[in-house]
Amino acid sequence: MKLITLPASLDERTFDVVARGLDGDPGERCLFDGSHVRWADPYGMIGLLAVGTVAGRTAERPVLRLPEQPDVLSYMARMAFFEHADPVFEAHGPVRRSRQDGPSDVLLEITAINSHADVHSVVDLVNERGMTILTKQLNYPVREAFQFSVVLSEVCQNIIEHAETGGWVATQRYTWTKRLAGRKVVVIAVMDLGVGFRQSLASAHAARHGEAGRFTDASALEAAFLHGQTRFHDPGRGQGLQQIRKQVGRWNGRVSIRSGSARIADVPDWDDFPPLEENLPFVPGSQIGIILPARVSAGVVPEPARVAKGEVQ
Amino acid sequence: MTYGPAPMVPFEIDLSSIARRSVASLYSHLVTRPTGRALRLGIESQIGELGAACLSVLDFTQVVVLDYSCADEAVAKLMQRYHGADRPAEVYFVARGLGEQHREPIEAVLERYGMALAAEVEESGFVLLGSATADEREVWAALESRRAALPPEIAQALDVEEREATMLLDVLGERRVLLRHPDGRYLALSSLLSATSRMPPGNGGGPIAGAA
Repeated sequence: MKLITLPASLDERTFDVVARGLDGDPGERCLFDGSHVRWADPYGMIGLLAVGTVAGRTAERPVLRLPEQPDVLSYMARMAFFEHADPVFEAHGPVRRSRQDGPSDVLLEITAINSHADVHSVVDLVNERGMTILTKQLNYPVREAFQFSVVLSEVCQNIIEHAETGGWVATQRYTWTKRLAGRKVVVIAVMDLGVGFRQSLASAHAARHGEAGRFTDASALEAAFLHGQTRFHDPGRGQGLQQIRKQVGRWNGRVSIRSGSARIADVPDWDDFPPLEENLPFVPGSQIGIILPARVSAGVVPEPARVAKGEVQ
Repeated sequence: MTYGPAPMVPFEIDLSSIARRSVASLYSHLVTRPTGRALRLGIESQIGELGAACLSVLDFTQVVVLDYSCADEAVAKLMQRYHGADRPAEVYFVARGLGEQHREPIEAVLERYGMALAAEVEESGFVLLGSATADEREVWAALESRRAALPPEIAQALDVEEREATMLLDVLGERRVLLRHPDGRYLALSSLLSATSRMPPGNGGGPIAGAA
């Protein structure tokens, strides 16, 4: 059995460590050892579901050794991780707690996105429970809080329109103690295991990027993320990601998209995330991470984010 | 033979009610492409039933969330159908009840198609959304403030040649953000909107002859 030791923090920064664990014989059953996990965010939890699903496609259902820390387990239960993990993992470990234990800062538990109706449910739910968090804790004006729903809607539709399969979304409010001087942030994670950006764009756009072999995951991400290219020959298409970037940039947040073996990001000044990475461990589909920090005070104009390649926003 | 617009049938559409009717009575938020597509088809169907030139009022008063995908289908693609040479009817569109949260997605999708839309935005009054040159915006605003005017009035107000004012008014007419009346005046679409708001509820309305 292939042992994959999960890092103490399960989040976007450690996702590649988890994904790299799949290297080697794809037919070998995996054991994901989460016993030492001390913290997990939406990206980390959905990422674990995604990697576990990939592992289970070519081998027996993987085993997940659950975290030993009760508060981590409790949080994962509140985020509905175990409902979604049931078909993916054979879970070993302490008894799971109900997710009824006060989802006070949970904007959206892990939610499957398989249809446009699911997108409507997400928007309805976030508008219902998220407005207080966004306006009172993150200091967003009401109008901008509604834009949060628009961002979620567009990012979830990206799964349905382009992945040709289902996916997951989750979002949570945190207080960051190390970065951003203890400011509150909202983390959004959206992932699918579908065709990914390169395959989605290949038929329509590979020619203009040279030979098909040179149309890499990174060039596909640049085409979609920076230039709004899409496989649809429709002027109305391809603006979802552009508008997400614009809105996240306004909030001085970070947005990243990982697809295949590359990741691209708009990185604000407070962060040190790389704007473009290649040769990452391959994961099918796309994995989107968004971090939105609280406004420092009303009327503060955030500095513009750095972008992947000298592009003026 | 007379030239100019046919008599207008005012036609008001509450987008949130159409959305509820067209999309299984479930969604109060205007998000996703299928929702926008259903809206567009519903509006096109109602326009088709009128069978005449009409002013279509897109009312966003009850709409809380509008995403870009839905705006593309329900606003941009709807307008595009009635802008082309093969348009099935003479339709002018006006949006009203717009909050700032609606303005941005609508502006964005209109700019993608190079279209413009007269819209009543809260705290801003009537504005021209979407794609337009600075000169076009100036002329449009001058007409909007007067509701109806002849080209010399606009030329004088903006201190430009009458020929230039006429040319810009005609361009805006072709872009369907104002209307040229057979008597030579140009009408702001908001002036027609005032006429539609006087119609009894549920009535498609009668022809507006020379509303101003």
